[in-house]
Order: sequence, then C-alpha cells, then structure tokens
Amino acid sequence: MFKHAMTYVLLTALLLFPISGNIDAAEELTLYSGRSKSLVQPLIQQFEKETGITVKVSYGNTTQLAAALMTEGEKSPAALFWAQDAGALGAVSKKGLFAKLPEAIQEKVPANFRHADGSWVATSGRARVLAYSPERITTEQLPKSVFELTQPMWKNRIGWAPRNASFQAFVTAMRMQAGETRAEEWLRGMKENGAKTYAKNTPIIEALAAGEIDIGLPNHYYLLRFKKSNANFPVAQTFFKANDPGNLVNVAGIGILKSSKHQKTALTFVEFLLSAKAQQFFVSEVFEYPVIDGVIPNANLIPLPALLKLVPTFDLNEMDDLEGTLALLRKVGIL
Amino acid sequence: MPLGYLFAKAFSAEATVLSDIVFRWRNGELFLNTLLLAIGVLTLDILLAMPAAWLTSRTNLRARRFWTVLCVLPLAIPGYVMAYALLALGGNNGIVAQLFPLSARFPRLSGYWGALIALSAYTSPYLFLNLRSALLGLDPSLEEAARSLGHRYREVFFYVILPQLRPAFYASGLLISLHVLGDFGVVSLMRYETFSYALYTEYMLSFEHISAAWLALMLLAFTASLLALEARLLKRMRLHRAGRGTARHLSLVSLGGPGRTAAYFFLSLLGFVTVAIPIGSILFWMGQGDGQITPGLIKGLIGSLSIALPTGALCAVIAVPFAYLNVRHPSRLSDTLGRIAYIVYALPPLAFALSLIFFVLNSMPFIYKTLPVLIYACTLHFLAEAVGPVRSSIYQASPHLEEAARSLGYSSIQAFFRTLFPLLIRGMLTATALVFLATMKELPLTLLLSPAGYETLALNVWSYTTEAMFAEGAPYALVMLLISAAFVGVVLRKQG
Repeated sequence: MFKHAMTYVLLTALLLFPISGNIDAAEELTLYSGRSKSLVQPLIQQFEKETGITVKVSYGNTTQLAAALMTEGEKSPAALFWAQDAGALGAVSKKGLFAKLPEAIQEKVPANFRHADGSWVATSGRARVLAYSPERITTEQLPKSVFELTQPMWKNRIGWAPRNASFQAFVTAMRMQAGETRAEEWLRGMKENGAKTYAKNTPIIEALAAGEIDIGLPNHYYLLRFKKSNANFPVAQTFFKANDPGNLVNVAGIGILKSSKHQKTALTFVEFLLSAKAQQFFVSEVFEYPVIDGVIPNANLIPLPALLKLVPTFDLNEMDDLEGTLALLRKVGIL
Repeated sequence: MPLGYLFAKAFSAEATVLSDIVFRWRNGELFLNTLLLAIGVLTLDILLAMPAAWLTSRTNLRARRFWTVLCVLPLAIPGYVMAYALLALGGNNGIVAQLFPLSARFPRLSGYWGALIALSAYTSPYLFLNLRSALLGLDPSLEEAARSLGHRYREVFFYVILPQLRPAFYASGLLISLHVLGDFGVVSLMRYETFSYALYTEYMLSFEHISAAWLALMLLAFTASLLALEARLLKRMRLHRAGRGTARHLSLVSLGGPGRTAAYFFLSLLGFVTVAIPIGSILFWMGQGDGQITPGLIKGLIGSLSIALPTGALCAVIAVPFAYLNVRHPSRLSDTLGRIAYIVYALPPLAFALSLIFFVLNSMPFIYKTLPVLIYACTLHFLAEAVGPVRSSIYQASPHLEEAARSLGYSSIQAFFRTLFPLLIRGMLTATALVFLATMKELPLTLLLSPAGYETLALNVWSYTTEAMFAEGAPYALVMLLISAAFVGVVLRKQG
C-alpha cells in the first residue's frame, strides 16, 4: 500500500521539476507551421545547418494555428506563420498581425502567388485536379469542364470533400469567375447527382482505388504519394480545359508576425524558402508546384508556365470571401 | 473559465448567424443520427465487454492477463487510425483483395455500420476496464448467500452480480456516449454525419468561432442532461458490505470443456477484430515503406511518455477527493464538483485549448507553452476518465471502516489513509491505465499547448497519415501500441 502511495507521490513530484522555458537566444526562431512535419522537416533542418539558426516548430492544423495566433495577439511567441492555404493567411493578415514584406521578396513570385498588401508570399502551389479510375473511365469520356460533372452520366459516381479548405477555395473561385447563380446551380446539381462526401482528399483517392467512386475532385499531390509506395496504384488524374475553375491553384504561404523581435532572422527564413534549393525540394520531394522559375520539373508535374496557362483567371483579391462560400454551401445543404 | 470563454463568444453572435447555423432543421437531423449511433455503440459495447470482463476476471480461463491486455489494447489505437485500418481492408484495391487475389470482393465498410464497428472497437475498453475493476472488488458473501439459497449461478449473475455493477456501467456509459458525441475522426472517414460534423465544420473553417461556440454550448447542454440522468440513477446507492467480518477472496467459476472453447473463441474473435486487424493494416503499410527506422521514434516516445505518465498519475490522485466527496458526502456542491470533470471532458478540445491560451497569456505569460501547462490541461481534460473507476471502488468500501478508525483515535486524514486508501488502489490503477492510454494518443491539446519543437508519437502518426504517407507513419503507430500494451500489462500485474 505504502509503495503504491509513494509511486503516486513520486510521479506527481516529477512535475515540479523546472522544465526549460523560453530561453531567448538571439539566433532562434519560433515557427507555427500548418504544413506537416512529415513534409517540411528535412527542409527546416537544412536551413538550420546552413545558417546556424535554431528553428523551433509548433506543427498543427492551419486553421487552428491561425485561431491560436489571433487569440495570442501581440503576445504570440511566434515569429513566422507558414500556412497550408491562403484563407488562413488572409484572416491573420486582416487582423493586422503580419509585418509587410520587403518589395524584393514580393517580386520574386508571380502576382498570382502573393497578396496585394504584401503581408505574405506563397511558398509553393497546390493544384485542384480531376482524379479518376482508368479501369472504369476512358480518356475520351473524361469531362472537359468541372461543370460537366452535373450530367446524368456521372450520377452516383463522384466523390468530393466539401469540408476541405482547398475545395472551398475552388468554390470561391467558381463564384468569382462564373457568378453566384451559376455556382449555386452547380452545387445543387452535384448534390442531386449523388456526389459522395469524404472527410478530405486522401479518402477520395482511396475510395477511387476501392471502386466506391469513379471520379473525384482532390488536390494533385496525394495521388503522387500513393504512387510512390505503389507504382501500380489504380488511379489517374488530369486537368480540365484551360481557364476552368476546376484547375484552381491554391498556395501554401508564409508571413512574418509583427509582434516578433526577430524580424531580420525571420526574413532569412522566408528568403530561404524562395531560394532555388528550397523550391527544388518542394517539386522533387513534396510533389508541389514551384513559385519561381528555373526549377528542374518533376516528371509527374507539368512545368510552371504550362500550369499558369491552365489556371482560371479572375481578381485574386476577391478570394478572401470564404464566409460567402460557406454561406452558399450551407444554403444548398452541403455543410 | 473555459465556459465563460464560450459564453462570451456565443453572445457576440448576430441574429442571422443564429438562424442560419444554430437553430436550423439540419442540426436536429444530425442530432438524431448521433443518438442512433450512441445507442448502437453502447449496446454493442455491452455485448462485447460484459462477457469479456466476466471471463477474464471470474473464470478459470488460462492466460487471463493476456486476454485482458488484448481487450484493453484497442484504446491505444487513435480512432482515425482504426477507421483507416478498417477501410483499407475492403474494396477492389483493399488489403484483402491484394493478399488473396482470388477471394470474392470483400465489401468496404462505411456509413452507420462502419462508424458503429470502428467506434465500438475502440470504446469497448472503457466499459471493459470499469466492469473488470468492479467485478474484482465484489464481496463474494452475497453470491454465496444466494447460492446457498438454491439459486443457480445464472440467476445469481443477473440478480446479484449485475446490479452491483451499476456504478461501473453508468460511469463508462457516460464516457462512451461523450466519445460518440465528440468523435469526428471516425464518423467523417466512415461518412456518417453526426452532430460533431456541424461543430467541427465551424471550428475548422471559420476563425472567429462564434457559431461554433453556440454549437458547443448545445453539446454541453446535452452532456448536462446525461449527467443529471446518471445522478438520478446513482442516488442512494449502497453497495458496500453491511455485515461484520471481511470479504474473502473471490472464487473462480470453472468452465466446462465446451464453455471454455466458446470462451476462447469469443475472446479470439474480439481480439481479431479490435486488435489484429488494425495491427495487420499497420504492418501492411510498414511493408510498403523503405524499412528505415526514423530517428524521430525515440524523441516522440520520450515526448509522449513525459505527458502520459504524469497525467495518468495526477488524474488518479485528483479523482480520489472528487469521487470521495461525491459518494460519502453527497451535497449540491459535491455533485457540481463531480460534474465539472465531465463538462470539461465534453468541451471541444479546441475551445478548451484556446481558452487556456487566453487565460495563461493574460495571467502568467512566462509559463505559456511549457510542459507543465500541457500536463495541467491534459489532467483537467481526462479527469473524467479517472473518476469512474475510483468511484466504483469507494462504493464497494464500507464507511464503517473509517468510522472504526476514527473511534480508535485517528484523525480523519489518518483514518482515510489507513483504511480506505488501500481499498482504492485497484480503482486508481484502472484510472491510471485509462488516462495513460488516452493521453498517449491525445492530439488537439498537444498541438496547441506543447512547447515549440516538442514531439509525440501521436503527432507523428497524425502528421504522416494526414499527408497520405501511411508507410512512414506506421512505425510510430506500432510503437505507440507496443508501449501502451506494456504499460497496461504492468498496471494489471499490480492489480492482481
């Protein structure tokens, strides 16, 4: 009995040990990363090795980290916020938490890939694609536009992920390009066509392989990861015709927190992510699109100039209207 | 405090937001789905855990500790991993089809049945552990009295043993219901829409969380009504030994040949579905990788243990005064205290974490993002899991023991440690095991409150699976399972 009591006392006492707090060395950066550790850790280690700067990373879900940053406000320990999508960056930027990036940095990336107010820049591109089962669909049958998916031939054969931030960005793009009414019609048509709802992109790809659906709307890189461990994975993907909203390219991007005392060091990190070496890493290892020219293309990805010809055109600064998209999705009864 | 945060958020809402998100027809539909799922999971859990708990504690089966660990182990598997594993089995490209190309196409789970199986598989240990701990603490004299009056064992089981297990049933039933209510990982992968769909959509997509706060409050109101129901059922319950003398050791029921075979078959089947299938899927994924063992494993393991061990111990210790006041000194205050633990448990973790961030930064910014804060948060969050088993033990201990000790001149604290505490050890160990396993796979609090650069096994599993890198994530999941199994084994050994 006494022994048990002691065990509990000892375990509890362990807690009282002081645990190293936020010792603030000059060459240390705190990064909030909505990008997965599994994807970006090698790159961060490379940066640490080259510069001698230690990067302490809090990995998490992009939206939740944005919510945490807004709760922390000026007291945030973070110097940088690296997000998986533009919506979260926009929300943090709207709260005035980001510092303006120098012109030289902004000009490194094409105008599609940065915000007009200069508060953040894209670090890589993530395209929306049409994924399908080559066993059950021939290339001639493939729809040329995302709008064709409401046709009867696709009834009960489609998978989508309406809760996914990339999907919602695509709906926003559709609203901006084709108008509110057309977007609403499309969403209703998809619902009536029995589009199956998946939690996110990965399960769409798995369901395609399992024969649950024949066609789906995910981001482009998930399939490439499945193919990496199994070259015969029975799913293929393609783009729609040029300027189709279904070809939207979302970005992952980074901004520097105004409240941080390490502005200069933080800038080195942003510069590093836009360097040829880091961009090559995104292309070769993460299977994403680069945001600068002169990167050796991955055989599985089309070159950047070709991609830029396919993407839909519309006023990028209107992409902030996530609330409008959510309201529409609720109205149609999808969320 | 987190409640105040929720209320503040909720009341900053505009009327249109309320009609669009909070009071809409669809929420009722989602709620009904949730209720159906909760009833299904509870029923299936009872059918699985009740026989398993009795077989491993009251019969002469061989290797009872092995079977016990097997029945507890599903708790160490994160819900979403369980769902991915079950999903990976069926369909054209499923593991079954790849391993046995000639087999007929094995169907792919989804919808209500998929969610039911995956959730039951990983919540059944809550019921199992609570029941087992209660069964081991029963006073055999009642059963013997009933037997001596000529009743068959079956009658004794239903009329004498089962009623004594009520506190264990209620405590675990509450936990399981709250799990079903709060689960998003399993139901979203199985494509079955429950109330948490509405809640998570708001928390994941919007940054202001105003409508989310409303939905969270609706969830809490439901939790509160469940708690009120439990309190009514537990009122005036007395399960301790009334007569003189002390309880003897339990005698084991010896099963005959066919009974034994059936028992082994049942336990094996249970273990196959809830443990062997997920482990099989994990090993299958590992086989697709390049076989490199990542150096992050050790770091993740140390990180996980430094949270799970202290949290498990702390919860078991703190649960004692909670449960003690609740059982021995029932009053409005002690009832409220007891329920707070469950309310905190039912809070959406993100809301809880954000309110802690707000509170810590505005009062003690220097401890923000340190390990003690994370452990504190986990302890508060998981306390509810520890209260049940400890409370069951207190119900079984007679208050006369303490009274006798007091009459011999011991102070009330001395009397507690001399008489009651030794009888609570079994419940406390169960509590530690439950909380340890839950903390090992904890994610949302760790993500937001851990020191920058901190790593756990669960974080790695999540980080890889979310990017569809199953082969790379599999070793972390496997280590998580092995450590959990080892820990549960050690705890059970102490429990006897």
